[in-house]
Amino acid sequence: MSIVLTYLSVFGIGGLMCSLAQILIIKTKLTPARILVLFLILGIVLEGLGIYKYIYGFAKSGISIPIVGFGALLARGSIEMARQVGFLGAFAGGLVKTAYGVGAAIVASYLVTLIFSPKSK
Amino acid sequence: MNNSLTDKRNKRYGDYVNAITPTTSFWKSLWNSFWIGGLTCCIGQGVFDIFKMIFPSMSQDMLGNITSMILISVAILFTGFGFYDVIARRGGAGSFLPITGFANAMSSASMEFKTEGLIFGTSVKLFSVVGPVVVNGIVWSTVAGLIHLIIFGRI
Repeated sequence: MSIVLTYLSVFGIGGLMCSLAQILIIKTKLTPARILVLFLILGIVLEGLGIYKYIYGFAKSGISIPIVGFGALLARGSIEMARQVGFLGAFAGGLVKTAYGVGAAIVASYLVTLIFSPKSK
Repeated sequence: MNNSLTDKRNKRYGDYVNAITPTTSFWKSLWNSFWIGGLTCCIGQGVFDIFKMIFPSMSQDMLGNITSMILISVAILFTGFGFYDVIARRGGAGSFLPITGFANAMSSASMEFKTEGLIFGTSVKLFSVVGPVVVNGIVWSTVAGLIHLIIFGRI
């Protein structure tokens, strides 16, 4: 029973984030890149204030799969590394934490580009 | 005289553009982005739970990393086959806000410029769409780390 509830809240909150972005697109004519940056900074702010982990407690992947989770991961890495290493750690921490995802994306993009040719529009 | 003709032509052109622009109703596009975004998040949660079952001792962070790596790889493969365009056409924000949209933006830009060569096409344009996200993410997360350091000090 609880697993159904978890997936319902993941679906609801993930969907809510995306429809919020969709409302921003329709009503304010912001470009997708600006909206991505907006949500990314929202994630960094939420993690910086320490609110993110409470939201993650009930939203799970509903908040970590949208770009908000990426921002929160960056901020968490930077803060953790700053605590361990000090001043210099703040610069490296974000990259260290997100390196798995970004590295996979770059390598996979390169391989796919080598294999496939773009579809003619 | 000339002015009114231009006005007339501009108005006709405006009407023409309005007539051929596909009109998706507000609520329909909202619903599409809702269910496509929600479904993507549910798939992510599913991958997370499956890996948690296989490797019960793995840390939360590592499970999250594996989940996003799998979602990113699948999304890039979909982009290669051309499936992702079908999702993006209907999904709107539901297709670009999740991490899969990040991956799709990266790979579609790199594929599009394949014809200009691997160095000056693919490698240069790889970050043309997701560059703002990566740059702003690194800058503001560093600021967050520094602010944290100033307020709480080193432990």
